[in-house]
Formats: sequence, structure tokens, C-alpha cells
Amino acid sequence: MMNSNPSTPMNAHAPSSSSGGAGSPDSNAPRRNSKRPKYSRFTQQELPACKPILTPKWVISAFMLVTIVFIPIGLTSLLASRDVVEIIDRYDNACVQGSKSQKVQHIQSQTTNKTCVRSLTVTKRMKQPIYVYYQLDNFYQNHRRYVKSRSDNQLRNLGDENDTSSCKPENDANGMSIVPCGLVAWSLFNDTYSFSTSNNSQLAINKRHISWKSDRDEKFGSDVFPKNFQNSSFIGGGRLNESLPLNEQEDLIVWMRTAALPTFRKLYGKIEVDIEAGETINVVLENRYNTYSFSGKKKLVLSTTSWLGGKNNFIGIAYLAVGGLCFLLATTFTIIYLVKPRHLGDPNYLSWNRNPGGH
Amino acid sequence: MAPGRIRAKIKRSSLYTFGCIRPHVDSPDEPHQFRGPGFSRHVCCNQPQLHQKKPLKYCKNYISTTKYNVVTFLPKALFEQFRRVANVYFLFAAFLSLTPVSPFSAYSMIAPLAFVIGLSMAKEAVENWHRFMQDMKVNMRKVRVHNGEGTFSLKPWMNIRVGDVIKVEKDQFFPADLLLLSSSYEDGICYVETMNLDGETNLKVKRSLETTLSLDDDSTFKDFRGTVKCEDPNPNLYTFVGNLEYKRQVYPLDPSQILLRDSKLRNTSHVYGVVIFSGHDSKVMQNATKSPSKRSTIEKQMDKIIYVLFTLLVLISLISSTGFAIKTKTQMPSWWYMQAPDDEGLYDPKNAALSGFYHLITALILYGYLIPISLYVSIELVKVLQALFINNDLNMYDEETGTPAQARTSNLNEELGMVDTILSDKTGTLTCNQMDFLKCSIAGMPYGVRSSEVEMAAANQMAMDLEGHDDHFTRSRGQNGSEIELEAARVSKESLGIPIKGFSFEDNRLMNGNWAREANPEVLQLFFRVLALCHTAIPEFNEETDGYSYEAESPDEGAFLVAAREFGFEFCRRTQSSIFVRERNLSSQEFVEREFKLLNLLDFTSKRKRMSVIIQDETGQILLLCKGADSIIFDRLSKNGRMFEEATTKHLNDYGEAGLRTLALAYKVLEESEYISWNEEFIKAKTSIGGDREAMLEQVSDMMEKDLILVGATAVEDKLQQGVPQCIDKLAQAGLKIWVLTGDKMETAINIGFSCSLLRQGMKQICISMNVDMLNQNSKKHAVNYYFVTDQVVKENIKMQLTNAIQMIKLEKDPHAAYALIIDGKTLTYALEEDLKHQFLDLAVGCASVICCRVSPKQKAMVTRLVKEGTGKTTLAIGDGANDVGMIQEADIGVGISGVEGMQAVMASDFAIAQFRFLERLLVVHGHWCYKRIAQMICYFFYKNIAFGLTLFYFEAFTGFSGQSVYDDWYMLLFNVVLTSLPVIALGVFEQDVSSEICLQFPALYQQGPRNLFFDWYRIFGWMGNGLYCSLIVFFLNIIIFYDQAFRAGGQTADMTVVGTAMFTCVIYVVNCQIALTMSHFTWIQHFLIGFSIIAWYVFLILYGMMPPELSGNAYKIFVEALAPAPIFWLSILLVTVACNLPYLAHISFQRSFNPMDHHVIQEIKYYKKDIEDRHMWTRESSKARQETKIGFSARVDAKIRHLKQMLQKKSSVLSPRVATPRT
Repeated sequence: MMNSNPSTPMNAHAPSSSSGGAGSPDSNAPRRNSKRPKYSRFTQQELPACKPILTPKWVISAFMLVTIVFIPIGLTSLLASRDVVEIIDRYDNACVQGSKSQKVQHIQSQTTNKTCVRSLTVTKRMKQPIYVYYQLDNFYQNHRRYVKSRSDNQLRNLGDENDTSSCKPENDANGMSIVPCGLVAWSLFNDTYSFSTSNNSQLAINKRHISWKSDRDEKFGSDVFPKNFQNSSFIGGGRLNESLPLNEQEDLIVWMRTAALPTFRKLYGKIEVDIEAGETINVVLENRYNTYSFSGKKKLVLSTTSWLGGKNNFIGIAYLAVGGLCFLLATTFTIIYLVKPRHLGDPNYLSWNRNPGGH
Repeated sequence: MAPGRIRAKIKRSSLYTFGCIRPHVDSPDEPHQFRGPGFSRHVCCNQPQLHQKKPLKYCKNYISTTKYNVVTFLPKALFEQFRRVANVYFLFAAFLSLTPVSPFSAYSMIAPLAFVIGLSMAKEAVENWHRFMQDMKVNMRKVRVHNGEGTFSLKPWMNIRVGDVIKVEKDQFFPADLLLLSSSYEDGICYVETMNLDGETNLKVKRSLETTLSLDDDSTFKDFRGTVKCEDPNPNLYTFVGNLEYKRQVYPLDPSQILLRDSKLRNTSHVYGVVIFSGHDSKVMQNATKSPSKRSTIEKQMDKIIYVLFTLLVLISLISSTGFAIKTKTQMPSWWYMQAPDDEGLYDPKNAALSGFYHLITALILYGYLIPISLYVSIELVKVLQALFINNDLNMYDEETGTPAQARTSNLNEELGMVDTILSDKTGTLTCNQMDFLKCSIAGMPYGVRSSEVEMAAANQMAMDLEGHDDHFTRSRGQNGSEIELEAARVSKESLGIPIKGFSFEDNRLMNGNWAREANPEVLQLFFRVLALCHTAIPEFNEETDGYSYEAESPDEGAFLVAAREFGFEFCRRTQSSIFVRERNLSSQEFVEREFKLLNLLDFTSKRKRMSVIIQDETGQILLLCKGADSIIFDRLSKNGRMFEEATTKHLNDYGEAGLRTLALAYKVLEESEYISWNEEFIKAKTSIGGDREAMLEQVSDMMEKDLILVGATAVEDKLQQGVPQCIDKLAQAGLKIWVLTGDKMETAINIGFSCSLLRQGMKQICISMNVDMLNQNSKKHAVNYYFVTDQVVKENIKMQLTNAIQMIKLEKDPHAAYALIIDGKTLTYALEEDLKHQFLDLAVGCASVICCRVSPKQKAMVTRLVKEGTGKTTLAIGDGANDVGMIQEADIGVGISGVEGMQAVMASDFAIAQFRFLERLLVVHGHWCYKRIAQMICYFFYKNIAFGLTLFYFEAFTGFSGQSVYDDWYMLLFNVVLTSLPVIALGVFEQDVSSEICLQFPALYQQGPRNLFFDWYRIFGWMGNGLYCSLIVFFLNIIIFYDQAFRAGGQTADMTVVGTAMFTCVIYVVNCQIALTMSHFTWIQHFLIGFSIIAWYVFLILYGMMPPELSGNAYKIFVEALAPAPIFWLSILLVTVACNLPYLAHISFQRSFNPMDHHVIQEIKYYKKDIEDRHMWTRESSKARQETKIGFSARVDAKIRHLKQMLQKKSSVLSPRVATPRT
């Protein structure tokens, strides 16, 4: 801008150059000083700082440190994972035979007998608690339409029963709000399992506290009861016991925690007895849930856990891999520094010394 | 007229030169006849109240340079914000977030946008407020205004109206464009300094009309009435057309009666004037041009990156919406649990294309995280803080004028680190426009022992270089020439005493009357008389110092008079016909006042390059005293006047080499008869009327000024600003090219070239100029097609000169050969034409230094543009005056010199510094830092947003491309704004690769900027690749770890919230550790902010989890209940963080060990304190750390050093062969 501020305070320059410079600079002194920037280490960019640099020592130690930390972690994780006993049984095809359409017909029919018996062999001793999971495949619980189709308020508060706008199309049936509304609840998984050992003793399944405590306490109301649920023409999944409040319907609570991936496991219950190796478990299951329409697999999983959770070799392997890689890098760098050392701070590496004159 | 008033008695206006001799052709000027548009202004003098109503209501004297006012702020500032394409995108996204298409909740889109825009607008508001305050400072300035009763009272500038009568006192600025009515001088003249308008430092004379002369007292204005009719406001500074109706008569007005706003009254105690143009109507305000908004190279490149990211965004959006359409069409019908289609058609298998289109919009919003919304605002914030550092740098604070450096715009901080060419003004920028009498040669004897600044600087450098080279060399002290020179320089500096302005001469042989004991006292006396008499200056008695000071046309004349005074020849009075000098008597040493009759004065013109006076002393002897350019004087010496020619020539060469301005002095004794006959002719010539008068006068003068006798020569130092040669040297070492563009004449420019070491002996000077003789011949021969022919011929001629010069440079074999291009303004007009300019540029680029003299402000701008566009490199223009404004605005960076009075340049500039020498620190320290900071910062910004944004894309692919995000909306909202932005801001503000001292010691480091080593596409894509890698690692490691297995001993499996939170935690760790690896300078602030970012995430997570589930949704107690007790969560963080940063760490380690950059090595040297252990290595390296340059005194010393070293090497190889290692 060609501003017209001819100068900042004029008196600063009042002694004209022609008068021999014998002005009165003293009178201006305070004003001048006021413009003087204040000294502080901050404004002068002189704050004390640590300036770490990557010396070979640091680089190699860093890589070695990672190696030293990672390899044991990896091994421990692998060990933990190895202790976990896991039995997986895919039963969707085993329980219903035929073409896809036949299967779909079978599963959708109200009349067909859907009971199916499976027997699982325990190869290794399973210590209690043994967790029972069902695993679905190709089921997009994480689909945006699906995820959004629920009403948390309704689940929690009795008063918000009609807060179902986000639940379309499963928001009301016969002019009344559905509790719990939405696609998630509507498509509740409803296969059931019962277990017995080979000597025909029933294995009790504890279905209490399979969900997060905070869910039971805070998110699902103790005074909210299922209402008008699965009453529409098109029945999705499981029904709910209308006499139990939602916070005791743990299957629903678990189901409502939508999974991150199209393949997911959800906790069904716990078996709180040890099962010895070699034993056979007979599973009587009600195969009701329709995964046949979208060719989704259904699996039953029995698994113990370690401190790390379920059987998870990956994390151990990954730790070993990264640790190994770091070891490799550390060795490489060591070799490099031994074979072709660069004296740190060697001025010969400055660009003007490396190619003299050739800038 | 008030009787008894003491007034300046001399009518200075008619004192000078031909002007006074010229017959006053009083052709009675006709009043201007004008009608119609463009001349509608009607000013009722002394009746400002008439101008309060229409139609005579003109704009107030209130000026405003603000961008916004209260009303316009909101719309205008918003508009400014949404001119950025990224912001428009985010605004669009925010609107769409209100529809069901949006993958996010509305608040998570709108809140960050509002935050970012709000912050930017707050910044605008603050800047605007500052501008407003600055305006108010000007508006509130007081001036004396006539209040209608014959008295004057102080009023602020803003309340002045057209028609007001104003009294302006000495050294005050004019508050508006005034019509001069009368001044404290009898003849109604006043002196005006127009530096603010045109950068010219010499005073201009303004003259009131005869008829208003009588208005010379406050009370006379009581009944003053008059009407001015004149042109409408226009930006032309040098024209004015109007009439004054006064006492029923009409008088024409011309520019010499107009006092322009922002010029300053000098040497006149007061003037009266009537306001004609006020406020924005005034010529200077009309001239105000909006300074072009400049953008830095990095920012332009950043735009390209944004476009790349937009492309990427659109691409992955297309991929995902295609995927979505296919999934919807083929698989959705079988997903009974979806109950497709929905009402809105977003998931309609039958109409998959439409659903796909809706999804495209969703995707475009979803992946918006690829484009860092906070980038602009962070950069702005960082730049403001950087500017703060520049403003507060004590090393750029000028104690003398009390001016700190000022970053007037913060847009260009990083551009300071990329400058390739500096275009510099001369006067006021390189020089102080102050001449110091330093040396002289009288009667073949050199006097004056003080060395010039250049010599001192060179000696210093030479000594330092030698010290650095090897201490063997310095140990042999006795033989070292430069050591002695240095000592001499030091001694002379110490013996300074009280400096006398304009006089740095030091030699006891001449001082205190000692000259009388020299060999040729008569010649010496004559020399001093020439100094004291041959000039046009006016003495002014200064009561405070009890001595005379001089008001001279040019500063060197002033220096001569001061010198003469110090030698004992004090010029003390002048009348129309006589000059009085208080002289020390040759024999008695007493002071006597002598009168010299001034018979004639032959003026100085740039063509004549000399001036003479013809005087008659008290004994009746008539003398011609002449001073002029040495070449001219030497041509005019008589045979017996060449006694000292040889010695003087030698001295003149020495002076020239030392960067001094030289003049030769000569005289001639005239016989009375001889004079009388000549004078007749002279009078005839000057009274002749017609076009030939000038030529005749010149011819007559020419006749007189010949057969001279040489007395001696003077050497005046055009005082450079403090530290200029050193600064130029450093800048040259930093690889910058320096061009000087000056309005001065060629000789002066060349002198300064020498004193700044832009030129040196042995440098081949290529002078491109017009051949004047040829021109003249042509014009005579082809009088008819004068213009056509000359134009063509001249152009051809210049073209040939250019081609030859280019050829010459090409064929040059010697690597040490240096060329200097010197070109003047007239030639430049041709050279800048479309067909020649590229040749000119080629030549200029091939030359080590370029000096353009006599260039107009417009040409300065044109040259700047040529360099900017022709080379594609970053240019910096530096200047102090209004004549530099064009150049400053045109260049990529404009730097104004503040502290001097002209503020025009500063107002137009992007950075203002008080002294040229601060440029070094501004560029080499701040520029270097800012460049690296901003470059790293932007790279990192893109990195982090890619690393984060792509995880959204991968996840979406696993949700059937449905646009579901794995993260909670709040996480994402905080990501850019809080969780990752603070460390990167710290990086942008505090990062220092090397300390400021090292930047200055190793100017070669600066080249990292102009070569753009830190923001080239290689690096940018490297960072983007790193981001891609990190996103893959973060996503897939987490997904596999949390896949289907229980993640806790309690058997729970991971749901979407758990996976999302774990993944997000990893992202936070990864990007924050990455920035820790990127930084090399950790103050507590960086430590704190990086730590804060990570801790803030946990704090947020805990707090968010503690909020009732209505607010926190699925994240309720997620950390406390689900994640924190799960070891696998912590293990995954460690694994992912290390895995992500491993390649970068390996990369920089490899880089450092195999291909260390300069700053790496220097960091290491510093780290191991080698600089302290091995001082010699350190000084040696810092002296080597410079670009190959041919300018600057280092280069100048180089030749000498080479020579010296060869000698020493020979010597020392005899003593000890070990030393004789080859050196460059």
C-alpha cells in the first residue's frame, strides 16, 4: 500500500540533516527505547534446546533396543497364544444340505426342524472358562445403513420409547414403536447351542456377564422391556423375552455392539468346567439364523483365553519380525560403520569439500 | 508586509547559476482556459464551511488504508476465506453434512471449519485493527489551521477540509495538497523535500504567486477570500492546472505553487497554504496502488500438492462409489438384514447407479481428511509467529534510529530463504547519501591517511582468511602485508575522536594550518580556495555549534565546504555578487574575512561534468576556478598546467580502486581584458532568446574553461551504510546475485560498485551505452526521419553490443575472469524491449555484477520483472524511496529500508529493515530457518493427513464401501485441530537445523533454499509415500490383531469402537513420534507439545468415556473398561508405532551416514564440540563455506591472497616441505 504515513513520529527525525545533526536526541531516547524489542530467550530464539543427532551409536542402540524389547515380547506372545485351545466348527453347510435356494427355503420355513447335532473333539485340555462364540462370515454388521439403524436413547430410557427416527424401516410395526428398534436389533442372531460331553453330562453355559458391564449398567435400561418386537410381517432374527428388561438380554447387548469387519465373532456364553483332552463334545444346536441368503458361513467356536486374549499368533510373529528386522538393520549399520566409517563431523563431507568449486 | 520582521534576505531562488543570469521572460501568463470534464474542482479559499454541502463537498482529509470496516468485515473477510479452494470444499462438505448423505455428524464437519475460518478471520481483524491504528496516528497529527478570526489553532489532520488555510512549520509534513500562498521568505519561495513521493533527496523550490505574497501574517488571513478552479484529483505528481481568482483577477497556477501531501517543508520557517486536495483526493493517495498480494513459491507449490490430493480424493471416491454400486447391485438384495431399498434411495439395488452417485458425495466428504483443513490456518499461525521473531530480533534492531525490523506481511517468510537475485537501490540503501571528504592529492602529493571502508574491510578479510588457512602463514607475521594493513586500519579507527559530518580526513600535514609548512603552500591555498569558492551552496549559521553548516545542492559539495572549513577556509557568507571566506592567513596564521567577487558561475550539468566560477579577489586578480570529472579536466589543461598530471592520475586511480569519488580541481588566471571580452560574449549568449541559447552558452563556457592548470584532486567517500561491503560479501558468499539499480549517474554508480566490491580492478566492465556522437550525426543528416532512423540504428547498435558481449563471455577461458555489466537508463529502454530483453538477460546473467544507472522507477520495476520472469528464480528488491516502490512491488519479495524518513518504500514493502546490512540476517538466518520450517511443516502435514485419511478408505472397503467410518466423529474432529496440530506448529516456529551463528558463519548453507532441497517433488512424494506406508501399517496391523479373536482374557471380542479407538491411538502415536524424528531442535516447548498431544488424547478418551452415554455413545468407558486393561492394546500401539517409524529412521540414518548434508555435518561438529577443540578447522571451514563468487571483497582479496600464498608457499617450502600442501 502506498500509504501516506510519511513517517512514524516525526520528531524522531526532527533534527534535519542540514543543521549539522545537533538536534536533541536525548528527548527522543525513551520513545526510541520503547520500540526496542525486549530481550528474552524466547523472542531471540535462543531457548535452551537439546539437539540430538543420529550418531551411529544412537542408531545402532536404537535398533538394538527395539530388537531386545521386541523379540521377548514376540516370544511371550507366541507362547501365550500357543496355550490357547480353540475349536472351530463350521456348521452352516453341515446342518442343511442342498442348493442355495433349498437352504434358504429351509431356514426361512417356520415348520422345518432346525435342530442339528455336531460333535467336537477336544485335542488338548481346555481349562475353564471356555468361551463359546458364534462366528459369522460375510455379514456386514459394519455397513453404514446397518450401523446407523438403531436408537441408543430408546434402549436406555423408558421415556424415549418413540425415539425411533433413526431406526427406519424397523421403527414401528402396526403403528406402534418397536422396542428395540432398528435393523441391528431386528436381525438378532438366534441360533442356540447346548453342549454335553460324551458321557452325556450337560455342560452348563453361563450366559451372564458376557457383555460389557458399562453396556448393561448404562446403555440398556433396566426398565426398558422389549415391545412390539418382531411383530412386523417380515421377521428378521431372534425374538426377545418380553418379560426381561433389556439390560438382562445379554445376547442382544452383545449383538448390538456392531463388529468392525464382515467376519466377526461374538460371545455366546461361557462353559465353566475344564474339558480334558480327547473328550468329545456333543453340540445340539438350533440352526435358525439365515446366512444362506448371502452365503455367509456360520461357525461355532470354543476357545480358552490367555492373558493376551484368544489365539493370536499374529502379534507374536509381527513382534518377532519387527525385532528381527531391527536386528538386521542394527547389524547392517554396524557393518557399514565398521567397513566404511564416516568420521562424524568430518569436514571433508561438507559439500564445498566434496566437490570443490563445483557448486 | 509587517515591517521590522527579520527575514531571510537572500532571494535564493534566483541565486544559482544560469537561472539567475537568464533574462526573466515575463511573458504574462494567460489564465488557463478550461471547461468541461476533468476540471470541475472549485475551491473557496478560506471558506471551508462552503465545502460542507454538496455540490462542493469534497472528501475529508481522513485517510483509511484498512481493508474492512465494521460493516464490510464479515462478508468481505468471509469471501477472502472462501477464495481458497480447500475452504470451499470444506464449506460444501459442511453443507452436505446436514443431509443423510454425510458419513459424519454435522457438528464434526462444521466445528473444525468454523474454528479454522474463525481463526483466520480473527487474524485479519487484528491486522486490520493495526492498520486502522496506524491510519489514526496519521489522521490525528496536528497542524495549524486558520479559524476564521485571523488566528491559527492546532487541529488534527483528519479535520482539515478543502478551503482551509494552513500554516505549516519547518520540518513538518504537509497534511494535504496545498496551494502555496506565502512563505517566511520575502519572495514567497519555500524548500520542499519530496523524498516520500519520488525518493529524491535534493530539495525542490516552490514559489508562490506574486499576488499572494502579502499574505504573510496570521492576521492577514482574516479577510482573505479567493477561489481556485482546477483539475480534478489525479495521480500525476508533476502536473497541475488551475486558476486562482483573487481580488477580481484570475491568475494561472502551475505545479510550482502546489505543495503535495507527505512532502516536507525544509529550510523555511513556515508557509501558508490553502487546502486544495484533501485525504484520498491528494496526489499521493491517488498514487497509492494496491500492493499486489504475493504468494511464496512454497505456497504455490503447496497448491499443486493440494490439487494432487484432490485428485487422489476424487480417485478413491470414484473407486469406493463404484465398489459401492457393484456391491449394492449384486449383493445387497441378498443381505436381508439391510431391508434394502431404503426410502431415500441411498441403498437401492435396483437403482444402483443413483445410489452410487449419492455415495460419491459421501465418499468425497469422508475422505476429506486427506486434505488437511487446518493446514492454512496452521501455516498462517506459524508465519505470524515467525514474523514476530523477525520483528523482535535484536540483531536487526537499529540502535541509531530506534527501528526494529518489521515483517509487514507474514506471507513470504519462507521465500526469504529462497532468494536468488537481489536488486538493490543505491542511494539510501547501500549508501547514506552522505559524502565524507577522505583524501586529496595536491600538487602531486597524496594527503589523507585514513583508509576507506572498503580498504579496511578488505584488509580485515585478508587477515582473517590467512589466519584461517594455516597458522604457519600467520606465524610469519613480519612478512604478512595484510597484518600491517589491518593494524593501520585499527589504529585509524581508534583515533576517530569526534566525527565531523562530511569530513573524515586525517593528515597532520594539512590540519591546524600545518599546510603552510608544506612544499607548495600557494598551490595548497589555491586548492582550498577552489573548495571554498567553487560551489553553489548557502551557509547557515548554527547557533548551537557556533559554526556554519552548509545547504548544498549535492552532498559532495557540502563535504568540500566542510573540508575547506576544517582546513581554515571557512565559507561564511554569500551575497548576490560576492562570496565571503574566513581565511587563515598564509603567514600570520590569523583569520581574516576575505571577499571574493563572484563574476560568473558556469553551472554543473551532467553533460559538462564540471563547474566553474570566475571570481575576483581583493587584489583584483581574476581567477577561474574549476572542478570536474578528471577526464574532462585533464583534457582541458594547458601545456604548463600538467605539472602534477602524472602523479595525480596515479592517485586518482588509487582512489577509484578504493571506491572513492574523485574530482579534479584546476584554475586559471585571467587577464582583465581577456575576461571582459569573453564576458561580452557570454552576456550576449545568455540574453539571446531562442532555442540555441543553451548551446551558445555551453559553447561560450567551453571557450573559457580551457588551458587550465591542475591543482589536485579530491577523493570523497560516498559513505556506505554501515556494514554494507561485509553484508554484500556475505550475501555473495551465500550465492546471491546482486544487481544495483540506481537513478544516479554512471560514474557515481561505478564508484559505489567499487566501494561495495561489486566491481574491482581486473574485472572486465561491459558498458552498454548509446553512442552519442553517432546519434548526433544521424540526427543532423536525417533530420526528417529523425526518430525512425535513430531508433533503428540505436537498437541495432545495442543489439550488436549485446551480442558481442555475450560472445566474449562465452569464449572466456580463464575461470577467474569476471565481468561486470553497466548499462544506463536510456539504453535500457531499448534493451528492455521485447526482442532484445532476452539477450540482455542472458548477458546480465553471465556477468558477475550488474549495475543499471539512470534508471527510472518504472524501469526498475521492468528490470525486476525481467529477472523474475526470465530466470524463474526468486527475486528480492530492496530500496528506500518512493522511486523503488515499483520494484519493491514487482519483486517476489520487497524490502524497504525504514528508519530514514521516506516511508513510501516501507509501505509498499513486505519486510522493512533499518539498514541494508540487516538483510544478511534476514535472509541467511530467518530466511533459511523459515524456509526449512515451512517446507518440513507442509510435508509433515500432508504426511499425517494421508496416514490418517487413507485408513478411512481401507476400512470403508471392508464395510461394503458403505461409507462407514471406523472412528468416532469426535476423534476425527479433534485430530486436525488439537491432537496433531500443535507439534507441527512448534516445528514451524521453533525448528532450527543449525543455530543463527552457524547460519552466518556458513553462508553456503543458504543455498539449500534457492535449490529447494527441502520442498522438491522427490521429497514431497517421499513424505506422501511415507504417509501411505503408515496408513497401511496402522490399518492392517490393527485389523489383523483385532480380527476375530478375543482381545482380552475375559473373552470379549473387539467391536468397531474398540478397533477404531485402538487404530486411532496408533495414528496419534505414529504421527507424533514421526514429528519427533523429524525435528532436530527440542526446546521444552516441543517436548511439551508432543507429550501434550499424546496425553491429551488419553485425557480426552477418559473424559469422553466418562460422559454419559447420550454424548459418548459407543465410546462410553471404552478406554477404562475395555482397552486399558487389555495388554494387546498396548502391545499393538508399540508394534505399530515402531513399525511405522522404522523405515523413516532407517532412511535418515542411511542418508546421514552416506550422503550427509552440510547441516548434518555441522550439527555433528557442534555436537562433538569439535569447533572448540579444533578452532582452525572451524574457521577454515567457515571461510570455505561460500559459493563461488566473483563479487564481494573476499573475491577481491582472493587474487591478492593467491599471489601472497604463492610467495609464502615458496618460502615455507624451503623452510619445511611439510607445509607445502596444495590448496585451492
